[in-house]
Amino acid sequence: MADLTTNFIGIKSPNPFWLASAPPTDKEYNVRRAFEAGWGGVVWKTLGEEGPPVVNVNGPRYGAIWGADRRLLGLNNIELITDRPLEVNLEEMTRVKKDYPDRALIASLMVPVNEDSWKAILDRVIETGCDGVELNFGCPHGMSERGMGSAVGQVPEYVGQVTEWCKKHSDLPVIVKLTPNITDIRKPAQAAKDGGADAVSLINTINSITSVDLDLFAPEPTIDGKGAHGGYCGPAVKPIALNMVAEISRSPSLAGLPISGIGGVTTWRDAAEFMALGAGNVQVCTAAMTYGFKIVQEMISGLSQYMDEKGFTSTSELVGRAVPNCSDWQHLNLNYVSKARIDQDACIKCGRCYAACEDTSHQAITMSEDRVFDVDDSECVACNLCVNVCPVEGCITMEQLAPGTVDERTGKVVEKDYANWTTHPNNPGSCAAE
Amino acid sequence: MTNSPFTPGLASGRLAAEDYASNFGDLHDPLDDHEALVAADRCYFCHDAPCMTACPTDIDIPLFIRQIATGTPEAAARTILSQNILGGMCARVCPTETLCEEVCVREVAEGKPVIIGQLQRYATDKLMEAGVHPFTRAAATGKKVAVVGAGPAGLSCAHRLAMKGHDVDLYDARPKGGGLNEYGIAAYKTVNGFAGAEVDWLMQIGGITLHTGKALGTDLSLNALKADYDAVFLGMGLGGVNALRAEGEDKSGVSDAVDFISDLRQSEDLSSLPVGRNVVVIGGGMTAVDAAVQSKLLGAENVTILYRRSRAEMPASRFEQDLAASKGVRLVFNAKPVRVTGNGAAQAVEAEYTVSGPDGLKGTGETFTIPADQVLKAIGQTLEGAPDALTIEGGKIAVTGPGRTSVAGVWAGGDCASGGEDLTVTAVAEGRDAAEDIHASLTGA
Ligand SMILES: Cc1cc2nc3c(=O)[nH]c(=O)nc-3n(C[C@H](O)[C@H](O)[C@H](O)COP(=O)(O)OP(=O)(O)OC[C@H]3O[C@@H](n4cnc5c(N)ncnc54)[C@H](O)[C@@H]3O)c2cc1C
Ligand SMILES: Cc1cc2nc3c(=O)[nH]c(=O)nc-3n(C[C@H](O)[C@H](O)[C@H](O)COP(=O)(O)O)c2cc1C
Ligand code: SF4
Ligand code: SF4
Ligand code: SF4
Repeated sequence: MADLTTNFIGIKSPNPFWLASAPPTDKEYNVRRAFEAGWGGVVWKTLGEEGPPVVNVNGPRYGAIWGADRRLLGLNNIELITDRPLEVNLEEMTRVKKDYPDRALIASLMVPVNEDSWKAILDRVIETGCDGVELNFGCPHGMSERGMGSAVGQVPEYVGQVTEWCKKHSDLPVIVKLTPNITDIRKPAQAAKDGGADAVSLINTINSITSVDLDLFAPEPTIDGKGAHGGYCGPAVKPIALNMVAEISRSPSLAGLPISGIGGVTTWRDAAEFMALGAGNVQVCTAAMTYGFKIVQEMISGLSQYMDEKGFTSTSELVGRAVPNCSDWQHLNLNYVSKARIDQDACIKCGRCYAACEDTSHQAITMSEDRVFDVDDSECVACNLCVNVCPVEGCITMEQLAPGTVDERTGKVVEKDYANWTTHPNNPGSCAAE
Repeated sequence: MTNSPFTPGLASGRLAAEDYASNFGDLHDPLDDHEALVAADRCYFCHDAPCMTACPTDIDIPLFIRQIATGTPEAAARTILSQNILGGMCARVCPTETLCEEVCVREVAEGKPVIIGQLQRYATDKLMEAGVHPFTRAAATGKKVAVVGAGPAGLSCAHRLAMKGHDVDLYDARPKGGGLNEYGIAAYKTVNGFAGAEVDWLMQIGGITLHTGKALGTDLSLNALKADYDAVFLGMGLGGVNALRAEGEDKSGVSDAVDFISDLRQSEDLSSLPVGRNVVVIGGGMTAVDAAVQSKLLGAENVTILYRRSRAEMPASRFEQDLAASKGVRLVFNAKPVRVTGNGAAQAVEAEYTVSGPDGLKGTGETFTIPADQVLKAIGQTLEGAPDALTIEGGKIAVTGPGRTSVAGVWAGGDCASGGEDLTVTAVAEGRDAAEDIHASLTGA
């Protein structure tokens, strides 16, 4: 079993799996059980200002989309920050941290944009003995209508300003949690970095309406006939989150800024992918809300096995390993030619590849009288759609044509040298070849 | 309960009242909404789906399953019924293990097909429970068609003709419509009077007049029908049975399995039906299995099927064989009856083992005896009462294309006609296709 101990901006935890700030971390009862189950750390459910806490709706607060077997793919929520008094949360955090000194405990914070408010809450939070703070600039509903959450996260100047205050009024590591509801994630990340943030965490939830009640004609979840947009999370958002993490990792001016990866982490593999793209650890919410705390056991065993297989002895060897391979389209090798290959023994003859290619792509899959499906190399552009629609994993694969062979589609010999769009003759702005 | 499975001879009331109810309950419990959604989710929506090709009525299976998966079972039912108006019955009685489900790609992939039959039942039940008849008639054509036989073939033909705007007189020799759906199919496949309810539901299309107790040959003649109608369709099934040609066939306690089943299907009180303590069923088809299983369910102590060929050659599917075995029926292969012994009433069957060689099936000379107070013959049905004018081929009315007989203006389909397996679904397909052809010939379309 590989050692999963992780040191994230000086905060140690026995593994890189933290629970994100959300219902799983809303109270002592949950967090104790999460730690017993094996979670490496928690970001406590976001705390607000002292005084009467916020109130939540008293009707449904979640909406969802599902895949086959009603597997939850995407979750949407209109929940606010903690609706329990600040005092109670702080007492609980203090007790829990004392009993679990080896686990990470982070306080998530959201108060109005003025220095006094932030100073006041920081003073209280420091007393709990927590390991750091996370600034919630992400919540896209409810709190944003009150000038907090994503209303801050969408304005890089505010992000930088609040980060500065936090660094000024405490010695705790500061993680800035970013909203994805923005065009260029690098802007708020840069502002956080410039404000002195120790790390960023992303993504928070995405503005969403998951469905519409076709009898009430109202978005779901519906409260008394009306609905409001919520925040989307779960497996469906992972691709968006991965891209945002990669954009930050690849950005020269942000290079080296520690990242806590969030968004759709459901298995050890998802976690490993975030880490390969530069996340020092991951945070999980929906997967725990769907399956319970126990899933961390699979994450731990899976990541250890993978690291053993790869010969990694520390999670830091995995972190960022895929970043150098994140490129731009224009730099992809146009001389790399491949073709789809169907494993006839694995094929169950459903014909989905055929329908997809024939109706919507390149007419490169043939179908015989007795339902044998084959690839016609003279039409196959290697788009991968057949691979994606085939219900049998590994049945269709892409095979690279060796340099020197002829691509039957173009009639050209596959060249062995790398060549991309920037030097391609069809490119009006082609910069080489002169 | 005065009798028990151990009461010798033929006896009724071998079981307690509640045992009859549970023994003759639904073979498969209907799917509930959740089960249907889970099952529907397994369908891959195949291109040119193999299941659809295997369905004799070409139901668009991927489409109807997707309609179930998206919460519109009524639309799914329309998809089914537009191809197969007896989709409800077929969902219950089709040997799916040798039809659509046999070739489902998930059978190929995992040995577990999408449960197409049960999903079909789910959809059609929803629509029929709502009392909806989803089809309407086209403008009246003024043409009249006689349909003889109100079994699956005749019903399907009549419905399609009525839909096309023709008026149909549907004649059947029996007191009720439905054919073998009403008189033949195993009771546990079609519970709660479904066969009759389906006929009533089908007739809601309008334009079909059912005349029961009217037999071609006695009450009606082909010539008269030809003269009075613009077209005639014959869907009279196979009314006769093969003779056993074994000594002692005339002893009491020996009867035809189809009659035994028909009595059972029409019985108001199963505890009043006599059944033997030791039952021997002779034959290897669905009828043999149904007779054997239902005797067992009526409380017979020992039930044996004697089939003269090997298991692999048995016409009843493996699923049917296993069903029989699971109910405690003993299957004896490669054995043929030599004589029924007993003093007036049957007491035993003497049988001989067989081998199949180059010149057919031969007895080995080795014999054995099985006690039998009831012997049910299920060795095949035969065409009976077909009008002389028609060409007969291989014991059936010869047809070409969509059911055209040798006589112009006369079509035939279902079990009585050549071609296709003797199955409910095949009869439906043939009745429908003949109707389309009749319509084309009557309207010049
Ligand atoms: C015991 C048994 C079990 C079966 N189980 C199954 C099963 O599980 N699944 C399956 O798919 N198939 C099964 N079959 C086969 C299936 O029932 C038949 O293939 C199907 O019913 C054929 O339909 P049909 O309309 O051609 O004939 P039938 O259903 O036989 O209908 C013919 C109709 O014509 C009437 N008729 C006959 N002669 C005349 C006449 N001279 N004048 C007027 N009317 C006449 C009859 O009264 C009858 O109503 C079974 C058959 C039997 C015998
Ligand atoms: C019901 C719910 C409440 C949430 N509340 C908070 C919150 O109070 N503070 C916060 O920073 N993020 C909150 N989030 C966002 C999550 O912490 C996390 O960023 C997001 O769900 C993406 O991760 P996931 O795909 O693993 O769920 C909430 C998410 C959910 C589903
Ligand atoms: S999850 Fe629990 S709190 Fe939420 S609706 Fe269901 S029972 Fe109620
Ligand atoms: S999609 Fe896959 S399994 Fe289906 S026919 Fe194509 S290769 Fe075979
Ligand atoms: S073969 Fe099976 S998976 Fe494919 S469409 Fe038919 S039922 Fe669905």
